[in-house]
Amino acid sequence: MTKDTGGPKHSFEERLKFARGKQGMDPPPTAKGKEPDVLGSNPLGVGLRVGLELVSAFLVAVAIGYGLDRLFGTAPILMIVFIPLGGAAGVFNVYRLMAPKPKDESKTGDV
Amino acid sequence: MASGSGGIDALGQFELTTHLGPIGASVNFTQSNLAMLGAAVLTVLLMWVGMRSRAMVPGRLQAAAEMGYETVMSMCVDTIGEEGKKFFPIVFTLFFFILFGNLIGVFPYFFTFTSHIAVTMAMSLFVFILVTVVALREHGLHFFSYFVPPGVPGLLIPLMVLIEVISYLSRIISLSVRLFANMMAGHVMLKVFGSFIVMLGGLGVIGYPAAGLSLAVNTLLIGFELLVACLQAYVFAVLTCIYLHDAVHLH
Repeated sequence: MTKDTGGPKHSFEERLKFARGKQGMDPPPTAKGKEPDVLGSNPLGVGLRVGLELVSAFLVAVAIGYGLDRLFGTAPILMIVFIPLGGAAGVFNVYRLMAPKPKDESKTGDV
Repeated sequence: MASGSGGIDALGQFELTTHLGPIGASVNFTQSNLAMLGAAVLTVLLMWVGMRSRAMVPGRLQAAAEMGYETVMSMCVDTIGEEGKKFFPIVFTLFFFILFGNLIGVFPYFFTFTSHIAVTMAMSLFVFILVTVVALREHGLHFFSYFVPPGVPGLLIPLMVLIEVISYLSRIISLSVRLFANMMAGHVMLKVFGSFIVMLGGLGVIGYPAAGLSLAVNTLLIGFELLVACLQAYVFAVLTCIYLHDAVHLH
């Protein structure tokens, strides 16, 4: 026990891990593979987040359409064009939020 | 006062008034600015006083400072990768500024500056511009390939680019509205149930049980507010990290 105190500080973690592993005190390493969820598993939080993603993309699209209409004087046309695009972007946001796992696999595979 | 014929004035608490007498009035120094100053001072105090002793076995304050540091550091490194250490200061600043801003607001007579969309929108615009500048610096013009998702047929590319740009811009709104709505909704609820206590208590003996129930709800809500305050600060910081990850790694 006393001869362990002299080593460099960073190796303490490794020695602790080794000792814990030998005693079987560490949880199985599979638990660490799970990515920390942004909003936890709170269903209300997930629901609010999904709604917000939908609405915010829609709002941005409406703002862009309205602004471009004001710029070019093409009364409602560009706004009409951008509204479905905003809806699509909202659904895309939700898709990215809800299906992160397979995308992460391909991401690490690509790079 | 709140029990007048006008009903409950739940939004009056978000009105800004100037502080510090005529000097504050002339430069428009509101209680929101005072709360921001308070949050900044509290952050500095936590780090400065907490780390002054530099004990091998940390006391309570030092443990809090160290845990805050390590939490944000591991958040940066886990989410962004090794490059995350470069962005540690900004994420740390944002996290503690929002955290203390939210926590100050839970106390009576104090103001929650994060319950104003102007403040949260300014912060999320700052994050958005930072992320875009980082991405442009890291990847140059290659950054714009971010808007072309891989595996899309050529005909659909113009449509997908538009959708991706909208989705990229919507980060500003979703990031700011999330914090703002959570903080404002919580404080409106507190005010509404607080007004219930006064109004029902004024009814006399019939109102007392209902007033007591409202008091119980308000007690629970305060606890819930504490949870939301920490959670939303954490969510803001984590989302900043995720956006920075996208900027550094692209796809």
